[in-house]
Amino acid sequence: MSLTVDLRHRFGAFALEVDFEAPEGITALFGRSGSGKTTVVNAVAGLLRPDTGRIAVEGVTVFDSGARVNLAPHRRRFGYVFQDARLFPHLDVAGNLAYGLRFSPRGAAGASLDEVADLLGLETLLGRRPGALSGGEKQRVAIGRALLSRPRMLLMDEPLAALDAARKSEILPYLERLRDRTGLPILYVSHAVAEVARLATTVVVLEGGRVVQAGPAEQVLSDPALVRQIGIREAGAVLPATVTRHHADGLSELAISGGRVFLPQIDLAQGERTRVRILAHDVILSRAAPEGLSALNILPATVIALREGSGPGVMVQMKCGTDRLLARITRRSADALGLAPGVGVHAVIKSVSVARIDVGGG
Amino acid sequence: MSWLGPEEWQAVGLSIKVAFWATLLSLPFGVLCAYALARWTFRGKMVLNGLIHLPLILPPVVTGYLLLMAFGRRGPVGEFLEAQLGLVLAFRWTGAVLAAAVMAFPLMVRAIRLGIEAVDVRLEEAAATLGAPAWAVFLTVTLPLILPGIVAGTALAAAKAMGEFGATITFVSNIPGETRTLPSAIYSFLQVPGGEAPALRLVAVSVAVALLALAASEWLARRAARRITGA
Repeated sequence: MSLTVDLRHRFGAFALEVDFEAPEGITALFGRSGSGKTTVVNAVAGLLRPDTGRIAVEGVTVFDSGARVNLAPHRRRFGYVFQDARLFPHLDVAGNLAYGLRFSPRGAAGASLDEVADLLGLETLLGRRPGALSGGEKQRVAIGRALLSRPRMLLMDEPLAALDAARKSEILPYLERLRDRTGLPILYVSHAVAEVARLATTVVVLEGGRVVQAGPAEQVLSDPALVRQIGIREAGAVLPATVTRHHADGLSELAISGGRVFLPQIDLAQGERTRVRILAHDVILSRAAPEGLSALNILPATVIALREGSGPGVMVQMKCGTDRLLARITRRSADALGLAPGVGVHAVIKSVSVARIDVGGG
Repeated sequence: MSWLGPEEWQAVGLSIKVAFWATLLSLPFGVLCAYALARWTFRGKMVLNGLIHLPLILPPVVTGYLLLMAFGRRGPVGEFLEAQLGLVLAFRWTGAVLAAAVMAFPLMVRAIRLGIEAVDVRLEEAAATLGAPAWAVFLTVTLPLILPGIVAGTALAAAKAMGEFGATITFVSNIPGETRTLPSAIYSFLQVPGGEAPALRLVAVSVAVALLALAASEWLARRAARRITGA
């Protein structure tokens, strides 16, 4: 089950030229606004006809300019969740959900309306009109409607962008459940690093209409070469972790490949797998093993590369266990510590630096 | 309502019959033309738009005369219809239906077109991504959303059809019981001495019908609009 996209399209001065694969799980199409993300998703959905290229899902070619294949949107069976929900105003929530089911192919397996309502917490909303829903509720209904059309894959175009932080954190768990329970591949467009870090299994970074990097989320997000696309404040590493213990003092202990980290209590059971995101500017480096320090998390690491920017800072990429870490320090400190590839360091991270949104299931 | 004489009743009844059929029969074409003008790009779009609006601009008597030339028993279309379908329009109530429909058509198309232009195309895109083929998108999304426009267009067209005079009298004359509609009857009563009283009664009926139609369409349009705002 995967999506293959290879397309070229021009409008005016903007040239889009992308080629990527989206395997199972959530593939994030990440980039700033204007990088061509929405154009790619619209082309995949069939709402925009690219100049040339090929798009295939699960081995079914939905577009191939060479073979003159161009399936109409309703034959492609991509469930599309738009940024603006686009619920039908003349139907209530139940009607909107049923609309998805109505045109789904006969005999296609998938969740029932009740199951979807349960998954997305829509039971109490069924009789309401879209005008009487909050932004977060609308988006949940839109996701449910798309799911009920029994799609081959879900497309989500910045589904959280129009929502405030509280509504976002209300929907994120539903998206995680979707990823973990339905096994439906999802192409997820976003320019928010925190969202991508929390949800994505694969990340495709777009810039100026081109793919600049693609691969597993942990690798791509920890790549110091992508600091410009991600933003210097948002740059950081994403590490897979397992919850090992919840301590009485309000801290949760998680095992990562290079040691253990303490975080403020997270609501996952012992043994559950998750990800932690450690921002580069929250990491302090020390050559000697530090003592008498308030920071709880001290991870041994080996410098892999240093990357200088235009400012006084240096991005240090390290190997910690089998994972990567990023630290942003000044060039002066890097020189003072004699940092170079192969040098062993200790990465120091305050527990409270890891914000809750940066921790997600997976 | 014995205060209306049999002749007057006949005129009122005929007018309602003519307006009903004129509106009903032109509605599908009205929706189609409005949709074509609002959404499609094709050669001759300007021509179609002009043709539809022509009766609004031309003197009604000219429209009536053109109808007579085309649909009269010796007109090219009239001859064909009589030979193939046995349908005679000239000087029959069926002709009054055609005249009323042609005159009311531009009003109907304008109102529906405005409704279609107000529909958010992105909702139709959403329906397509959910698996709905184009015809289903039209029936399940577009049509319900343009219902207020259709209601408004239908009401306008019906009111216009009720009161059509110039084209009707030119095309199908003023035959009691056959083509003497409400306005023709008022006109006829005013031509004879002592006809003021029945004319005045028919005027009262006209005003009442017009007000009723206006109120009904307002109520329906508001109901439909409430439905689609999703509140």
